[in-house]
Amino acid sequence: MTTTQEIHSPTFLTGDELSIPTFRLLKQDGTLYDGGEAPELSREQALKIYHSMVATRVLDERMMAAQRQGRLSFYMQCTGEEAAVIGATAALDDADMIMAQYREQGALVYRGFSYDEFMNQLFGNELDYGKGRQMPIHYGSRKLHYMTISSPLATQIPQAAGYAYGQKLAGDELCTLCFFGEGAASEGDFHAALNMAAVHEAPVIFFCRNNGYAISTPSIEQFAADGVAPRAYGYRMHVIRVDGNDILAVLAATRKARRIAVEQNKPVLIEAMSYRLAAHSSSDDPSGYRSKKEEEAWREKDPILRMQHWLVGQGWWNDDEEKALQESLRREVLETMKRAEKRPPPPLDSLVSDVYADVTPTLQRQLDQLKRHIRQYPEAYPKGARSLDPDVKARDDASDAHAQEGE
Amino acid sequence: MPTMNMLQAINNALDIAMAEDDKVLCFGEDVGIFGGVFRATSHLQEKYGRSRCFNTPLVEQGIIGFANGLAAQGSVPVAEIQFADYIFPAFDQIVNETAKFRYRSGDLFNVGGLTIRAPYGGGISGGLYHSQSPEAYFAHTPGLKIVVPRNPYQAKGLLLAAIRDPDPVLFFEPKRLYRASTGEVPEEDYQLPIGEAEVTREGSDVTVLGWGAQMEVIERAVELAEKEGISCEVIDLRSILPWDQDSVVESVLKTGRLVITHEAPLTGGFAGEVAATVQERCFLYLEAPIARVTGMDTPFPLTLEKEYLADHLKVFEAIKASVAF
Repeated sequence: MTTTQEIHSPTFLTGDELSIPTFRLLKQDGTLYDGGEAPELSREQALKIYHSMVATRVLDERMMAAQRQGRLSFYMQCTGEEAAVIGATAALDDADMIMAQYREQGALVYRGFSYDEFMNQLFGNELDYGKGRQMPIHYGSRKLHYMTISSPLATQIPQAAGYAYGQKLAGDELCTLCFFGEGAASEGDFHAALNMAAVHEAPVIFFCRNNGYAISTPSIEQFAADGVAPRAYGYRMHVIRVDGNDILAVLAATRKARRIAVEQNKPVLIEAMSYRLAAHSSSDDPSGYRSKKEEEAWREKDPILRMQHWLVGQGWWNDDEEKALQESLRREVLETMKRAEKRPPPPLDSLVSDVYADVTPTLQRQLDQLKRHIRQYPEAYPKGARSLDPDVKARDDASDAHAQEGE
Repeated sequence: MPTMNMLQAINNALDIAMAEDDKVLCFGEDVGIFGGVFRATSHLQEKYGRSRCFNTPLVEQGIIGFANGLAAQGSVPVAEIQFADYIFPAFDQIVNETAKFRYRSGDLFNVGGLTIRAPYGGGISGGLYHSQSPEAYFAHTPGLKIVVPRNPYQAKGLLLAAIRDPDPVLFFEPKRLYRASTGEVPEEDYQLPIGEAEVTREGSDVTVLGWGAQMEVIERAVELAEKEGISCEVIDLRSILPWDQDSVVESVLKTGRLVITHEAPLTGGFAGEVAATVQERCFLYLEAPIARVTGMDTPFPLTLEKEYLADHLKVFEAIKASVAF
C-alpha cells in the first residue's frame, strides 16, 4: 500500500523530519523523571530482576578472569547491558521464545538457567546440552524457550519472524523476542526479517541492543541514519527507542510491545541505547579503538547501580543484603566452575550424532575408522580414547541420559 | 632477509600493493583503525587514508557487492571477510556475480581486479563457525580462482599475484598459521604463480598432496614415514582453482601412489576432484587406491576437535597403507 498524496514540485525528504525520542523513567540516582511513572512491579519480581542482573555481572567477571588464566578458551560479557537484556526478558511470558545473538546470558539467568548449566556449556563437558560442539557462550535451553545461539550474525532475526508467525497460527498467544546488536542490523537478514514480519503480521519483538560498537566499529561507521529505529517506518512497524540502562523503561516498553505483538499480531522494533562496557570478547582489546574516558563516562551510567538505587529508595534493598548476595554468588561461581572443569568430555560417538536424525551408514563407517585409529594411538587422543574404555562407555551412556533429562 | 609471520607477510603485501597503485583499496569489517580482528591490515588506514582503507558496515553481501562494483569501475578492491565461515551471505555476489561478470557481458565488463581475503581453517578451538574450510563450494564455480598459502613467503608472493591477477581471486588464509608460521620473507616486491603447484619434497614411493595448513601436517607425517624407509614426494597444490593437474599427474606417474589430505569434510571435498582426475590420467600406473585423509562428514566440532582433524598420525597411517597395499 502506498500513499496517494501528490505534490507538484520536486521536494525530497531525508528522514530528518522524524525525530525519535528516547523513553526514560529512571535517573542514575534511582529517582524517577518528572512525569514518569514506574511500571507495576512487585517487590518479588523487582528483586528477581536485580538478582539476575548481579548474577550475570558476577558470572561475567569471574569467567573473563578464568579465560585470562587459561582455564577457558573464550568468553563474552554482557557487562553494561544487563538492564536491556533482563528488563526485556522480565516483560515476557516465560513461555515466549527468545532468539538471542550471543551477549544475552542475562535472559537465561532470569529464566532460571543455573550456574552449573552455564559452566557445562562453557567447558564443553559431557553434561553440556550442546554436547561440547560449540564455542563457549553458545547456550541453549528448550525448557527455558531459549534458542541455541549461532555465531553467524543476524541469522536469527528472520527466523524469529517465522517462529512468531508459527506461534500466531498455533493460537497459543505467545510471541518471540529477538535480540541483536546495531552491527548485526546491517546484515541483509535484518531487513528481510522486518519486512516479512510486517507483511505477514508476525507477533515478534525485534530488540536491538545499540551498544555503540560492533567489535571495533563505532555505530557512526555502521549507519548514517539516526540509529536503527527509523528503519521501522520503512516497514510500517511500531517502534520505540528506550534508554537501555534504565530497567524500568525497558520493562515498561517491552511489556507494551508484547501487548501489541500478541493482541494485535503486529511486530515491534525496540532500540535500546546502551554501551558495551567490556571488550567485544576475550579475543578483543578495546584500547586500540576507544578511550578510557569514554568508557568511564558510561561506567557512571551503570544499569545495575541505577536499579540498586531505586530498590534502596523503595526500601526493598540494603547494603547487608548486597554484600551477602555478592558473596554467595561469587562462591557459587567458583564451586560450579570447579565441578564443570572436572567433568569428562562428551563421548566420541557425539562426533557423528545429530548431523542427521539418525547416524548414516557413511558416518558410522567414519566413526568406526576413527575408533580403530584411536585404539592405535590412544595417548594422542586422550579425550577420544577415554570413550573406548568399556567401563567408561557404560558410565557415559548413563550421564548422557542424565543430561537429556535436564534439558 | 627479515623474518615475518604470516600476518606480517600479508600486511607487507597489502602495503606494497597500495603504495604501488592508488586504485588498490582495502576494506571490510574492523579493517580500518583497528587493522582487522587479526591485524592483517594494521596501519594501512594511517598510511593511505580512510578513503582507501576503511571499516564497512557489518554486511558481507554488501562488502562483496560493493567490491564487485568497484572492480567493474576499474578499482582494485581487496575485500576482507572476517572469517571464511561468514562468507556465505556473500555467496550470491561471489558465485553469480563475481564469477560470471566477464562471461555474461562477452568481456564488456569484468571484476578481475577483485581479491577476497578470508581467514580460514580449524585447529584454533573455533568450533562450528570459526573453523570451516569452504574451498570446495567455490571450486564448483568456473570463473573464480582460489589460492591458499602455506607459509609467510608463499602468502606474500601469492597475495601480490592475486591482487594483480586479471581474474577475481579468493584468497583463503590458514588462520592457525597467522602467528605460528614464521619464516624469511624478502622486503621487496615479488610474485608467485597462481595455478602452479609446488613440489616441496622429492620422493619415489608415494605422492602426498595438500594445501595451506595441511602442509605442516604432511611434513610431520612424512618425517614419520621416512623413518620407516618410505620415500615421499610432497606437493603443495597452492591453487585450488585452476589446479595444476600436470604437476600432480607427473608425480603420480612416478610414484604410483597418491594420498590427498584436507581439513574440510570428505564428501564433496576437493580431494575427490583430484582423485577422479588422477585415476583418469594415471589409471594403469596406480599401485594402490588413491587415499583421502580429511575431516569427517560432520560440522566442525569443538571439544573433540583433535579427534576430528586430519592430523599427522592419520596421514602417516594412510601413507603406510598405500605403500603396503
